Amino acid sequence: MNNSVEVKKLSFNYGKVEILKNLDLDIKDGEFMVLLGPSGCGKTTLLNCIAGLLDLDDGQIIIEGDNVTWKEPKDRHIGMVFQSYALYPSMSVEKNLSFGLRMSNTPKNIISEKIDKASELLQIKELLHRKPSQLSGGQRQRVAIGRALVRDAKVFLFDEPLSNLDAKLRAELRYEIKKLHRDLGNTMIYVTHDQIEAMTLADRIAVMKNGLIQQLDSPKEIYNKPSNLFVADFIGSPSMNFFTGKFISSSNSFSLNNALINLNNYEFDNKPSDQNDIIFGIRPEDISVSDSQDGMEFKIELIEPMGADTLIWLSFENIPFSVRLEGSSEYKLGDVIIINFDIKRASIFDQKSELRL
Amino acid sequence: MISNTIEARGPRPKHLSIGRIGMYCFIVMCALFFLMPLYVMLVTSFKDMDEIRSGNLLYIPKSLSFYAWPKAWGEACTGFVCEGLKPGLVNSLKITIPSVIVSVSLGAINGYALAFWRFKGAYFFFGLCLFGAFIPYQVMVYPLLKIESALGIYSSLPGIILVHTIFGMPILTLIFRNFYASLPIDLFKAARIDGGNFLKIFFYVIIPMSTPITIVAVILQVTGIWNDFLLGLIFAGRDNQPMTVQLNNIVQVDYGVAEYNVDMAATILTSMIPLAVYFVSGRWFVRGIAAGAIKG
Repeated sequence: MNNSVEVKKLSFNYGKVEILKNLDLDIKDGEFMVLLGPSGCGKTTLLNCIAGLLDLDDGQIIIEGDNVTWKEPKDRHIGMVFQSYALYPSMSVEKNLSFGLRMSNTPKNIISEKIDKASELLQIKELLHRKPSQLSGGQRQRVAIGRALVRDAKVFLFDEPLSNLDAKLRAELRYEIKKLHRDLGNTMIYVTHDQIEAMTLADRIAVMKNGLIQQLDSPKEIYNKPSNLFVADFIGSPSMNFFTGKFISSSNSFSLNNALINLNNYEFDNKPSDQNDIIFGIRPEDISVSDSQDGMEFKIELIEPMGADTLIWLSFENIPFSVRLEGSSEYKLGDVIIINFDIKRASIFDQKSELRL
Repeated sequence: MISNTIEARGPRPKHLSIGRIGMYCFIVMCALFFLMPLYVMLVTSFKDMDEIRSGNLLYIPKSLSFYAWPKAWGEACTGFVCEGLKPGLVNSLKITIPSVIVSVSLGAINGYALAFWRFKGAYFFFGLCLFGAFIPYQVMVYPLLKIESALGIYSSLPGIILVHTIFGMPILTLIFRNFYASLPIDLFKAARIDGGNFLKIFFYVIIPMSTPITIVAVILQVTGIWNDFLLGLIFAGRDNQPMTVQLNNIVQVDYGVAEYNVDMAATILTSMIPLAVYFVSGRWFVRGIAAGAIKG
């Protein structure tokens, strides 16, 4: 498969602060790529660089085989959707949609044809003559997406498009964007700090921190095998439980104070040596309550019902950790339960380098 | 415990406190104080000279005299010509209208460029503009005069328009830049992706959103240029003397009697345009000043 967008050795500084450092990223044709990270990690900057809204300090941007590093945004075959919608407030929806086409002197009949098609697809036909101020947030974002659609963009760029919407609308539009990608098959680059959006939408996720890509992989791989402590902590809600302790090579186990957890079922990429400081991480859903007597005994300290699931909090050598149970489970505060860790699904990191072992 | 107070419910009862009464009194007194000169001007302009000489400045006129107004408008002598303020009004309009249009347009483009197209040295340029806003313009009168005579437009209509445009530039650039800086930058980015260039984005996207700040700028410039005396006197030339200069010539008589009623009428006539502008657009002025909240 060909690459649709290639970012080569990109550096971007804001004053003396390095935002992006020597970054490489290849995005395949028709791929849905999500750039995920906390605020300030450089993901929006990267998107703006791809769009041509910022000048690079070094590196190249190649879109559809065309080196666009020095090209104007309008010549990059892109459409962009912004968090703040960025609809022109003085123009009707129709004029908003057609603005780009009118700027490039497209004939009227072609404009109306394209608007027809886009507004049909996004179900905004009845809104065409309204002003943006008369639309709801969800409708505004649909129009903003439509603006990218009518331009026949090869690559769609989304800059946190759903962050200003309430939870229900967000889920609705997330579904629509996914459907749009399925139907159009365009390359899409989507910036978000919301891991649910990233997990649900992406073909691949690039998790970013401090201007560097921490891990670039499918959502499944990122969730199940985070390559470092940051990714493990950032992805997943409720987040992964971590315990810091030592590796005992004689018994192939993790030790925290006097407690031992056997690691025979864990597949090490790099086996640590004896007495190394390691971090043992396990997701709340990979801990199960056992019916039999083998396992560790804990007292329930806190219960957080979340509807579909219930989160219960226990503590292991004074470190609180959570266990995800079905919403129907009926435990009470102070109950004593026996649990098992699913070691196969755990993640173990070196404490110094914070890399996966 | 027995209590005869009413159970609290609904809106809190409002009290007229002493502090509040004091505040109202203060506000009313301030208003009266500032309106006093206007009152004196108005009543004096409707008195005849005998009554004025009797010295009761604050009294309302015993009999209404309409002698002063037509004289101020069409007959009072400004120097050697005795045509009243009429030609001055025309001159002032000829100076003010083009000056306002040119300076506000340039200020808007400047502000737009500074807010959105962050070219190299933009901050330095903006700093210079700010600095320019604080320099008293009397300092620059002589150099400007030399420049204009070298250009051959000294003492002409284009000359005075250029001067007003130059002196309006710092403050206009400042207010337009600050207004545009408060607009969401994403709008500008979207317009660039949609293929707008510098001027297209300005005309199609930015100008339609600029109504409130443009009104502020126009009011500022209309009143400033209309009320200007010094620049008009120096740069406009004999044929284009604005109303303020002619008013001064009416009031400053070296011989004959000082006709205070005519002076007052002439003063009111001269200040009519800025007053009208404020009355018509005061609402917009406040709204524009408070702008920044104007989005989407």
